[in-house]
Amino acid sequence: MATQHSRAAARLMNAPAVFVLLVWMLIPLCMTIYFSFMDYRPLRGVADCCVGFQNYERFITSSSFLSSVATTLIMVGGILAITVIGGVLLALLLDQPIWGQGIVRILVIAPFFVMPTVSALVWKNMFMNPVNGLFAYLWKFFGATPIDWLSELPLFSIIWIVSWQWLPFATLILLTAVQSLSSEQLEASEMDGAGALSRFTYIILPHLGRAITVVILIQTIFLLSIFAEIFVTTNGAFGTRTLTYLVYQRVLESQNIGLGSAGGILAVILANIVAIFLMRIVGKNLDN
Amino acid sequence: MGRITLDKVSKSFGEVNVIPPLDLTIEDGEFVVFVGPSGCGKSTLLRLIAGLEDVSGGQIRIDSQDATTTPPAKRGLAMVFQSYALYPHMSVRKNIAFPLKMAGMDQAEQEKRVDYAAKVLNLADYIDRRPGQLSGGQRQRVAIGRAIVREPSAFLFDEPLSNLDAALRVNMRLEISELHNNLKTTMIYVTHDQVEAMTMADKIVVLQAGVIEQVGSPLELYQTPRNLFVAGFIGSPKMNFFSGQEAAKHDAATIGVRPEHLDVSTSEGLWKAKVGVAEHLGSDTFLYVHPEGVETLEDTVTVRVDGEMALRHGDEVWLTPQDGKIHRFDGAGLRIA
Ligand SMILES: Nc1ncnc2c1ncn2[C@@H]1O[C@H](COP(=O)(O)OP(=O)(O)O)[C@@H](O)[C@H]1O
Ligand SMILES: [Mg+2]
Repeated sequence: MATQHSRAAARLMNAPAVFVLLVWMLIPLCMTIYFSFMDYRPLRGVADCCVGFQNYERFITSSSFLSSVATTLIMVGGILAITVIGGVLLALLLDQPIWGQGIVRILVIAPFFVMPTVSALVWKNMFMNPVNGLFAYLWKFFGATPIDWLSELPLFSIIWIVSWQWLPFATLILLTAVQSLSSEQLEASEMDGAGALSRFTYIILPHLGRAITVVILIQTIFLLSIFAEIFVTTNGAFGTRTLTYLVYQRVLESQNIGLGSAGGILAVILANIVAIFLMRIVGKNLDN
Repeated sequence: MGRITLDKVSKSFGEVNVIPPLDLTIEDGEFVVFVGPSGCGKSTLLRLIAGLEDVSGGQIRIDSQDATTTPPAKRGLAMVFQSYALYPHMSVRKNIAFPLKMAGMDQAEQEKRVDYAAKVLNLADYIDRRPGQLSGGQRQRVAIGRAIVREPSAFLFDEPLSNLDAALRVNMRLEISELHNNLKTTMIYVTHDQVEAMTMADKIVVLQAGVIEQVGSPLELYQTPRNLFVAGFIGSPKMNFFSGQEAAKHDAATIGVRPEHLDVSTSEGLWKAKVGVAEHLGSDTFLYVHPEGVETLEDTVTVRVDGEMALRHGDEVWLTPQDGKIHRFDGAGLRIA
């Protein structure tokens, strides 16, 4: 519908926003790239320009790099698996007419409103503490030895905490998708002889395909940069050091900004590789 | 075989009693049409037969087997929904094969039946497309195809043509009638359109507020409607009703004359009237006239005249009902024989 004139006007009005966005993104990105080619250690007073790819080389060849990439992928994959599977099941459950539906739905959404730091602390101190945690009491009640979750199963514990936070998001999106499925389609499949399980695999799951894609894409973007939960619980110890966390350690603990920046750029590249793969695998669900 | 018997079947949704106890028998191979105004419980009745709703009372028998609590898939019935309810992520072939796959039929037999259905319904050209890429009429055919491959003992149709445009509707009407002639399977067809009912049915069931007003062949309903409701509902345009003195002359509370049974003259006749709107269809003309000095139930009387008759707005005409074509009804609205 747009005429030549209105399109030009639209472009003009968009311009400030686009400009701010560019500045917002490009300046930090350019500075990071710039730092990554410097030997920059402010506390030692070192700021030598242009050391080439030395920082990248050091970051990649350090023994922590590959393991941190693996940790990142395992963590993101695990959280995605738990939230998507759990989200689908919860959405199906919440779609049933049950007593007190409104309250149940609000309760299910609640974890999403809790700040990551707070929820990680709550889990760490109230549930997973080997002495005073609720799990410890539960284990003792059944006569078992309490597990020190954060040192014995650290990766799993963090996956669990973050999944708890993101499950509501997945549930909410999948619930709206479940609700948009026409009841006549379900009835038709019922008459066609499909049992509950067949109805799920052949009708409901394909219908949810698009919503699941959206959940996976959005969550991946946010999960690649998990930080607070690791910081609060294990501090990156016991094999829970993700790429983001490694960058943080290089910059702040080792005070090596050049090395950290190189890591940051590598993280951006990794995120883009993951994004391209995701788009390839699931993106075709998005076009109709 | 597909003989379906409803024995005192009733249905309530909570407090609301949608269908009071109702008896009906549908013979094997019959084409039965449930017709009635919107909201009268036609779909509910069909869904009770299909098993998609539980009855509140009574018994449903299919081929003299009690099927009241049988799950839908086990009743051997196939349903075509108003929205078609095709599976959007499956190709036409997979849609049609779905019930066969669910029944665990072997691949070769599945293909054979799907190909047969595709041939019968002219689906072959778009068998590999998705429902989203089809027109309304094509989707309708796919829905019917999905129903016929199962070789059900009866077909249930819930207003299958109401989403189609007028020309296509006439086409599909013929195709469904043709299908019934070929398959000779029981069909139950729900519609609010009395034209569909008249043209397709072996037997029409007229419903109002969940109550069966009359059951009979199209001509029976047309010639001897049991009450005012059926008289007014069946036939197009609607029957004209006269009350007061004119009715009293025939010992009735109300008399009804169909538009095609009123003779029109410009010079003489029984009732005087003034021409209002004239609808020229070519072959026929429907005149909506305003009677003078006659009590009628509605403001205008409809008359069907020959298409050649040249009458204009404001012309004065005389109406005379044809001999033996007057329907008489008593004070309760029931037909007087
Ligand atoms: N699931 C339901 N819950 C409550 N009332 C219903 C339900 N389904 C239908 N009704 C009511 O039953 C009546 C008949 O509906 P329906 O059988 O769909 O009518 P029709 O198909 O003849 O237009 C309507 O008044 C409708 O409001
Ligand atoms: Mg209906």
